[in-house]
Amino acid sequence: MGKSGACRDVRLLSVAPVGPEGAAYGCYLLEVENPGFEPAVAGQFVMVRPLRFGQNPVWPRPFSLCRLTEEKLTLFVQACGRGTDILCGLSAGDVVTVWGPLGQGFALEPEIPTLLLAGGVGLAPFVEYVATHPAPSNLSLLFGHRQPLSCYPFAEMAVRIGRAEAFEERSPADLPAFIERLDAAVAGHADGLVLACGPRPFLLTVARLARKYSARAQVSLENRMACGVGGCLGCVEKNALGAYVQTCTEGPVFWVEELALAEEA
Amino acid sequence: MSVDTAVRLAGLALKNPVMTASGTFGYGLEFAPYGDLRSLGGIVVKGLSLKPRLGNPMPRIAETPCGMLNAIGLQNCGVAAFLRDKLPRLPHAQTPIVANLYACDADEFAELAGVLSAAEGVAALEVNISCPNVKAGGIAFGQDPAMAGRLTEAVKKRAGDKPVWVKLSPNVTGIVAIARAAVLGGADALTCINTLTGMAVDIRSRKPRLANVIGGLSGPAIKPVALRCVWQVCQAVSAPVIAVGGISSAEDVLEFILVGAHAVQIGTANFMRPDMAFHIAERLPALMAALGIDSLDAYRGTLSR
Ligand SMILES: Cc1cc2nc3c(=O)[nH]c(=O)nc-3n(C[C@H](O)[C@H](O)[C@H](O)COP(=O)(O)OP(=O)(O)OC[C@H]3O[C@@H](n4cnc5c(N)ncnc54)[C@H](O)[C@@H]3O)c2cc1C
Ligand SMILES: Cc1cc2nc3c(=O)[nH]c(=O)nc-3n(C[C@H](O)[C@H](O)[C@H](O)COP(=O)(O)O)c2cc1C
Ligand code: FES
Repeated sequence: MGKSGACRDVRLLSVAPVGPEGAAYGCYLLEVENPGFEPAVAGQFVMVRPLRFGQNPVWPRPFSLCRLTEEKLTLFVQACGRGTDILCGLSAGDVVTVWGPLGQGFALEPEIPTLLLAGGVGLAPFVEYVATHPAPSNLSLLFGHRQPLSCYPFAEMAVRIGRAEAFEERSPADLPAFIERLDAAVAGHADGLVLACGPRPFLLTVARLARKYSARAQVSLENRMACGVGGCLGCVEKNALGAYVQTCTEGPVFWVEELALAEEA
Repeated sequence: MSVDTAVRLAGLALKNPVMTASGTFGYGLEFAPYGDLRSLGGIVVKGLSLKPRLGNPMPRIAETPCGMLNAIGLQNCGVAAFLRDKLPRLPHAQTPIVANLYACDADEFAELAGVLSAAEGVAALEVNISCPNVKAGGIAFGQDPAMAGRLTEAVKKRAGDKPVWVKLSPNVTGIVAIARAAVLGGADALTCINTLTGMAVDIRSRKPRLANVIGGLSGPAIKPVALRCVWQVCQAVSAPVIAVGGISSAEDVLEFILVGAHAVQIGTANFMRPDMAFHIAERLPALMAALGIDSLDAYRGTLSR
């Protein structure tokens, strides 16, 4: 596990919409100088707070580590509110405060067939996962998305791994077909490893399917966070024992059976 | 110009007046990667109860303009686990560690005070009579002067030689009456203020943003209220006052000292960046020098009208 780095003010190197339609759909890649992070584990995240926030918004925003190299840290950000709108409207040279890498990342079992299940912006941590996996031919990806596929950093991942499939959900009527695809994919990995990141309803479905097929599965939660370092107790999730666990330090990636999630599905 | 940031506070010697506020700095250790805990004036840990507490359901936090609402519900590991697992790892010989206490009734408060007063490494007890997020105890104690006085007395009796600070709520008609009652009850210092009760709703889902519906408002949004409360209390009582509420810069620290505070606590600003309290403590001497303030004792309470 990469250890927590310091909190640093770093320069934004670039902010660019993904693909020709990225700007219209609010999908951006942000690159910042590497704030001094050591190699991290895919699934870990960083807290980001542009100086531009001033006193409002108060909180930083959490983002998965989408790609980390010695030179730079890349984030895949979907503008969906006031914080992400400000972030995606910044320009190269603007200063952002970044701390991390935080939390626990995804399990890495290179020899085991591993299924990556991503929903929308939940694709972000899998970019790093695929890029750093020692045996990418053991990886399969099923990606559910609502925005056009070109808005996501999907194509470059797809060419590296064994099997990649994208499923576009144009309307809620497409959901049952997507769940059917998820069901088949999890069934095919009952002896493997299943890793999921995406919106909560999506994760609840994955948790249910993992139980159905007794698959070993991890989910990455996107709980609301204020501090990201375990100081506020705002990000908690109920675990299987009925106690609260902190998503920022004990997660965001949890084994499905650790959480009470499956009961809600 | 050499400046003196040292503060004496009800028997404690602080190297500087910058402490961290309960509930916003975990048990201190969470923030160790971001600065030297020994450089802080003091660390007030998450509110402790006799037994571990689960806290309130999710969602427990919501962002508001220049602030936030929380209804954590005093989730904590319990006093025994704190003393066993956390306190020994904190630099208590170099920086005062203050235990923040929560209990449901006066007897339980006193029992908790007894346990903590016997603990080496706990420098002072801060009694939370002002939490808006729990049903039993909490704010009820802090809204009635007679109850606040009795509770302080009960804690003081069991606190041995540990200073007792009483943390006041702004959710009262007259904060001065509560402050006076706490001092009469034996409080060695007053911490001023806890969060203001507030609420946020979502017009789309038609739901409250907190599972608890109401919560405690904190952050820069409440600084003017905190400043007013600290000023009023400092005018009324001779016990030292520790200011808390929306402080997020060295300038803010001096504002509170100017109206009479002995020391300050940094709360929600720790969430803006995890090295915030360290930065503020580090910047204070340069700011004092720039303003020609050589000692906080000389500057304290010098607001002129
Ligand atoms: C560990 C973790 C990793 C994440 N990784 C990414 C990532 O790689 N890329 C990315 O674009 N987003 C990611 N998110 C979600 C991202 O943090 C939120 O989208 C962002 O905080 C919203 O901020 P805002 O100010 O724009 O939204 P607000 O104005 O605060 O709210 C707008 C909308 O966003 C929703 N929202 C707010 N906070 C969150 C949250 N933490 N998670 C989900 N929805 C939220 C609100 O419910 C609301 O509907 C991650 C979240 C977590 C906890
Ligand atoms: C998430 C959170 C948890 C808190 N928990 C406690 C607590 O356990 N005990 C307590 O006395 N005050 C608690 N407080 C109140 C703070 O210590 C402080 O009084 C208040 O937030 C105002 O200061 P601020 O505006 O600087 O945050 C908490 C505040 C927040 C935001
Ligand atoms: S976000 Fe503060 S404890 Fe997890």
